[in-house]
Parts: sequence; C-alpha cells; structure tokens
Amino acid sequence: MNPYLRRRFREQIMVMFGREPKKPETIAPEAQKIHFHKRGNRDLIAEKLHARAHAVPSHKWRNRRWATLIFANLLFVVSFYFDIQILEGALTASRFIGFHVIDLNSALQVMLAHKHVINNLLIGTGTVLVLWILLGGRTFCSWVCPYHLLAEWAEKLHLYLVKKKLVTDQTIDRRLRSVFWLVFAVLAVVTGYTVFESISPIGILSRAMIYGPGVALLWVLALLVFEVFFSKRAWCRYACPIGLTYGVVGIVSPLRIKYTLDGCFHEGDCRKVCLVPHVLDTVIKGRAVDTEVPIGPDCTRCGLCVDTCPTGSLTFEVKGLSKLL
Amino acid sequence: MSDEERLPEDSAAPEPAPKKVGTPGVLPSGRAGGTPPLSKERRQQARRRALRTLLLTGGVMGAALSGFLPLLYAQKKRLRPPGALDEKDFLASCIKCGQCVQVCPVSAIKLADLVDGFGVGVPYIDAREQACDFSCDAVQCILACPTGSLTYHKPDFLKVRPGAALAAKPILLAKEKDAEPTLNLNERIGVARLTRPEACLAIQGKGFKGQVRGPDFKGRMRYMAVDRWKPIRIGEHPYDVAECDLCVRECPIKGAISIETVFAPDGAKRKSPVVHEPCVGCGVCEMICPTESASIEIVPREVWKT
Repeated sequence: MNPYLRRRFREQIMVMFGREPKKPETIAPEAQKIHFHKRGNRDLIAEKLHARAHAVPSHKWRNRRWATLIFANLLFVVSFYFDIQILEGALTASRFIGFHVIDLNSALQVMLAHKHVINNLLIGTGTVLVLWILLGGRTFCSWVCPYHLLAEWAEKLHLYLVKKKLVTDQTIDRRLRSVFWLVFAVLAVVTGYTVFESISPIGILSRAMIYGPGVALLWVLALLVFEVFFSKRAWCRYACPIGLTYGVVGIVSPLRIKYTLDGCFHEGDCRKVCLVPHVLDTVIKGRAVDTEVPIGPDCTRCGLCVDTCPTGSLTFEVKGLSKLL
Repeated sequence: MSDEERLPEDSAAPEPAPKKVGTPGVLPSGRAGGTPPLSKERRQQARRRALRTLLLTGGVMGAALSGFLPLLYAQKKRLRPPGALDEKDFLASCIKCGQCVQVCPVSAIKLADLVDGFGVGVPYIDAREQACDFSCDAVQCILACPTGSLTYHKPDFLKVRPGAALAAKPILLAKEKDAEPTLNLNERIGVARLTRPEACLAIQGKGFKGQVRGPDFKGRMRYMAVDRWKPIRIGEHPYDVAECDLCVRECPIKGAISIETVFAPDGAKRKSPVVHEPCVGCGVCEMICPTESASIEIVPREVWKT
C-alpha cells in the first residue's frame, strides 16, 4: 500500500467511527494526472452514451443479495418448521449443521454482561469472526440482516415521499453510532443485562420469523416509521452498534469494493443509492488519492453502487485474489 | 462536525432537499486558517441537527432502558428451563437464540415477549400449559444452549443458593431400568407446592374420570405405556381413578411426590399429595392437575426448605 492509500485507509477507519470525510491533502501523481486531464478534456459523446447507459439500471447484485438474504433467513425458518436441522437457532446464535455460529455483537453483549465465556460461545464467535473477516465485515448487514431488507423497502417509500415533497431526509450526527456502541457496552458491563439485545431489531425480527411474531415487532415498526417519515435509513446509519462491530471486522477484510478513477464521470449516482455515502467520497471530482482506491470498512458491500455505475468504475474486489484471477 | 464537509454528500443526494443541512451548489472553500465564523443560518442548522441527534438518542435509549421497568415492578416470576442459572445470571448470559426451544420434544419452552423487558427473547416454561416432562430423557435444552445459560455444571464463581441444589441426581422413572437412570441436573428450577389444598381432589377423597383438562387442551406428555419416544396429547389418554393421584402417577421423577395420609386440623384422616426433596420443579403435576385452576403449582426458583 502506498502512503496515499495508507493515509486514506486510516482516515476511513475514523470516518467509520463518525468523522466526516475530508478532502485529501496529498494525491498520488498518477491520479493527479488523471484529475488534471479530466478537467481539461470533456468527452461529450462519451458522456452522452454514459447517460444513456444510466437509463437501463442493472439489478444484478441487488437481486443476488436479496436472494441470499432471504435464503439465509428462510433457512432458519424452515430448519425449525420442518425440523431439518440445517441452521438451528436464530441470527443471534445458531448451529449450522451442528457447528456453533454466534453473532459477534450478541456474543460481545453476553460476554460483557455475564463476564464468563464458555467454550461453545468462544468457538461459535471465532468461527463467525473468521467468516466475516473473509467475507467483508459489514457484508453481514446487507447480505444477511433482515432489518436491512425492510429498511431498504422503507427507503423506497421514503424516497417516493421525498419526490412528492412531503418529507425531507433529516440527517443525524453519525458519531452517535459509536456513542451507542460504547454506551451499550458499558451498560452491559455495569447492569449485567444484555440491554441492547432487548431492542436489537435483528434479534427481534429473526425470532419473530422463526418462533412467531410478538409485541416486540412494534419497536421495529416504530424504527421503520421514523426512517420513512423523518430520517432516511436512520437505524443503520446512525444507531446500530452491530453495524459498527462488523465494520471493525471489515477493516482487515480482503473483500471490498474497488474504485477505478479512470473511467468515472463523477456524477455521483453511486452516492445517491449508497447507505453509507461517506465511504464513497472518493468518487467526487478531484478527491481520489490514487488511480485505484479501495472503499473503506463502513461499506456494506451491498453492490448497489456497482449496479448503478455503467462505466464499471466500481467493482467487487478480493485483495490479492483479483490479481491472480 | 462541520457542515461544510457534508456539502458534497448532500448535493449528491437524490432529493432537492431545500430545508436540509447545507446549501447545494456551494462547494467547500477549504478551511485554511482555522474555522471561519458560521453564518446565522448555519448555526441554526447545526442546532437542529444536534436536536435531531438528541431525539434519536433519547428514543433508542428510552426504549432500551424501559427494559428495566418489568424488572422493577417484578411482575410474574418465570419458570426457566432446567439447568438455568439464577435469574440475574440467566438474563445476562442468554443470547436469545431459541435453540432450547427447537430441541424440546414437547415444545415446553417458549420465548418471552417485549413485556418482559430485558427478558425479551429469553426462554421460559408455562407449566400449566405445557410442562417439561423430560421426554427427551437427557435435558437436551441444556445441551443446545450455546452460552451456558442452561448448564450441567455451574461455573465456580456462581454460587448455589441453599436449597436449590438437589441432594442427588434425580432418577427419571421412565429410564429407571436403564444403565444410567439419572438426569444430569444438579439444581432444581422450582418446587411444587399444594397451593389450593381446598380444591385438591385427593384431599376431598374424590376420584377422576375422563380427559384431564378437557378435549381442547393442547398439552402433551410421553406415556411409557403408549410410546416412549412419541409424546401424545393428554386428552388422548383419559383416566379413570377412584381416588385422584394424577400428580403422583405422572410425576417423572422418582420419589418427588407421594400420596400420604395426613391429619386435618380437626383430627380427621385425609389423603394428600406431599412433595419431597427430589422435586426438580418440572411442572408435570401442575399441568396434569384436573382442577381448575391447578391445586398444585410450581413456585419458580423456589428452594427446598425442610
């Protein structure tokens, strides 16, 4: 990693914790050359073709992701319903054909509250940790979390209302999520209760699907209403400590989205569809620090930007592996 | 947090957002030489944003901490599955995954709802509706628990409440003739108490004939005489007893309860169910009791008092 990317890597970790992305102070000479070239030479024909390509949006990654998400959650449901014992338990903790798999944030809450870790808990947590390091940390959010899917649909409703000028997106301080993470960790240690688990919409939704609905779903509904009428994707963006836990795991993950400066037209459509647009600040004209920039750890690897970009400037990449292929 | 830096993000947002933080079109001017004084409008926007942040903080924390309320009001005590740690530790260590629910052959274990506060998603047993009759033979819920909330052996730093420990491993009558007749259970989850002796059929010297709890009752139990591995609905197994002793007859644990002759305050001889030390608090007696409501009930987390 060159010093420009290393600096950005560190910056992006801070951005995940809530800092706003800054204009880069130094840019690699090769990237500077491209920035300069783009400023002086607008290719109007290419822009026109590009605009046309935008008119036919791709849903390749979104469809794959939704299918995976629904499949994973359905696997929990049918495993219990038909007693086929493939994936027993709920998203907080389960057994995949007998092997313990335990959600990292839930495990953390239990460890902090109970202050005692048994082997099964350790094994399950370790397995999941390795799994999500390989698969990209917050990949969990967009590819598995059932609340993410509901929130995506709620977002569509929100955007419709915005178009009708009935609501506006009220932004909230992103540092709040880090504060919540800390507060809930401290609360678990001090009170000895897994306080966050009682309001975790993931746990509530997962259990509701597997074991039947309950009053707790009202809390999930309240969150969705808040997101539709007040603040777009508020829970995932500003509140969810689970997202931050997986985000930290994603820091060292080899799987990520890669940005290639060369073909980019800097329209920012990718940022419009992104849940966490602060990781895509690099696509703004003049901001890319290198010709190829990996996207930061807060990215959920949902692939909406990949779908929306007709130039192929944003692609999935597995560090090291992509070069071999 | 500077609003300036949010500008590009906002200008790329899909909506025109007239009232939003930042004015689209104005690009960041850089921040050389310290922060320039904020305009009145900017200050107002920053303040509103801070208020919204507080709103979300309040909402989420309010919801989270409201979990304390049911604990403070200490409403109904829940009967926890076998092998459960003491209540406080149980709530701390349960990861709310429901794996214990999935392995129970009679579906005795349910998960609590939001009204239980921090107990949301935590397993409990409603013994009157469906008791744990140990049809699984091996306390499988304990085996399924990934966090040790339900455990065969308590970790050393957790102490056993006096009277909670069983004097000996309970002998499961169903497998009394097996090589290993005991259940791997060291503590009781409650104790059966004759809470309504005036209603008890045995004490009144009455018998019982017909379906216990009526034809619509969903509770199941395994009857060794019918099928060791397949629990059936209680209604499918009608009784005809001259003197009611169902609680004793169906108790799965050896020596936990018996019908004894007792003397009433007026000196009259009566038959009565008497609970003994091996009682683990499984709740079969409460489920099978034919009186409405049950004459014998489990007191959750109760300890044995001599």
